[in-house]
Amino acid sequence: MSQIAAHLPLPSIGVWNLGVIARKELRDALGSKWFLLYTIAFIALSTLLSFVTLAGAGAYGFAGFGRTAAGLLNLIMLIVPLMALTSGAGAIAGERERGTLVYLLAQPVSRSEILIGKAIGLALALLASLALGFGFSALLLAWKTGGAGAGAFVTLAGYTALLALAMLAVGLLISSLTRRGSVAIGVAVFVWLVLVFVSDLGLMAGTIMFKLRVEELFALALLNPLQAYKMGVMQHLSPTLDVLGPAGMYASATFGRWLGALLLGALITWIVVPLALSLIIFSRRSPL
Amino acid sequence: MITVDHLSKQFGKIRAVDDASFEIAQGRAVALWGTNGAGKTTIIRCVLGVIHFQGSIRIDGHDIRRAGKKARGLIGYVPQELAFHEELRVGAAMRFCASLRRVSSARAVELLERVGLEGNQRKRVRELSGGMKQRLALAMALISDPPIIILDEPTSNLDSAARADGIKLLKGLRESGKTLLFASHRPEEITELADEVIVLEKGRVIGRDNAGSFAERIARRHFLRLDVGADRMGDAFEALQAAGLDVSNNGHGLCVRTPASGKAEPIHVLSRASIEVRDFELLTFDESEEMP
Repeated sequence: MSQIAAHLPLPSIGVWNLGVIARKELRDALGSKWFLLYTIAFIALSTLLSFVTLAGAGAYGFAGFGRTAAGLLNLIMLIVPLMALTSGAGAIAGERERGTLVYLLAQPVSRSEILIGKAIGLALALLASLALGFGFSALLLAWKTGGAGAGAFVTLAGYTALLALAMLAVGLLISSLTRRGSVAIGVAVFVWLVLVFVSDLGLMAGTIMFKLRVEELFALALLNPLQAYKMGVMQHLSPTLDVLGPAGMYASATFGRWLGALLLGALITWIVVPLALSLIIFSRRSPL
Repeated sequence: MITVDHLSKQFGKIRAVDDASFEIAQGRAVALWGTNGAGKTTIIRCVLGVIHFQGSIRIDGHDIRRAGKKARGLIGYVPQELAFHEELRVGAAMRFCASLRRVSSARAVELLERVGLEGNQRKRVRELSGGMKQRLALAMALISDPPIIILDEPTSNLDSAARADGIKLLKGLRESGKTLLFASHRPEEITELADEVIVLEKGRVIGRDNAGSFAERIARRHFLRLDVGADRMGDAFEALQAAGLDVSNNGHGLCVRTPASGKAEPIHVLSRASIEVRDFELLTFDESEEMP
């Protein structure tokens, strides 16, 4: 055994194992029909949307980068969380259900390496898919309308990457808590519905019923990663955030130039906390 | 090599393993014997550090809890039924295991040849038969040439031909000096593979025995009653006796005592002597039973 290992001078085992598991996860994800479907849908819709945005303004042809970014925002808030949540949710629970997790754990790897390796692989797959979607739209827009407003588009892409990672982390948390892959996907879709639809309506209802103050409304909005994402992107497109109503204006007036950092911090917290919780839970739970 | 000390495991209200302790020396082949639910698979999963447990387990001095990766690096594991990504191709599955164990891919090709799976690299795991999957599992377990091989009911899902192949492969491992720990409820596996047997009942170790005497104790006697026609009875009797088989003529036909793992041997002997077997019947008796 030592003879074989001696042929391969390798980095420390932790990094090595992470790489092996991440590579496998990336390959599996890129080969999955669902991933391909999401990517094609994202490219098609973003291209179509950039066309429709200008058409709505009474002209025909492709809109510029800035208008397309604003138009894409709502589309991204629907598709990207669903894609990331379901990918993460299937990662551990699916292996547990198929019985492959026991076999994997019987290898010389730690549970942390399995979970983080899977997270890295899936994150790379998601980012590759987004890069394809954004890249294709950007090339098309640059060709048709020139490069004006490209900064907004880049900001949108950056925030979208963070949103995808946050939703992936939540998906992994769901996955480490559930035993069956189908249940994990079901819970992920439910969480998606809550984040996309119910929380907005809940905030509106709460504001009316409990007469929430504007700072409370803003704090509650930060609890939803999608709202943090939306505010983050919007403050680059419209620095006063007046399009988001009183909460947006309050945030802009109160935090000023720190608002961007606050919103980025909220999104990063949504990546770190669920991932840390997943690690703790996965380390303690039985793989059976 | 393997030290299990006061191992207990509880699943809800069920005590799957109850204060089990044993040691396995380097190069020994030890079987965990017991009925379904005796705790064999649970002990194996604890030894691998896959599930949490009470007590302590050391593999070559490494605590499976504190140095799990190092300890598992010394073990090759063959599950009862290979649960691996069914969509993966055989070659990719081997390369994945080779990468995890930091072994070159050339070793994967070499092992596929050794277990008779050469030419199947492009096949998906789900396309393999039960026997081929088991051989793939063995190849994956041997990829880093670990000193310990742990097997969970290694031949229970195989047909008789694949089982004979599997036992032959495992005997080769035993002879090469590997330490084997395997769960079994098949007497022929014990006879062919084990040096010692740890007997389990309801999660408790109730005994440890030399494999030979244990096999004798639990052995069943198998007899093959053969109909070769009255005219060839004498020739058949002589041929079977010449082959060293315990044969008798009970007036209804020939009755031959056969080993548990070679019940077809008398038929092969007669076939080689160009004696046609018209009909046969397999009779099995416990040691306490009398032959009719």
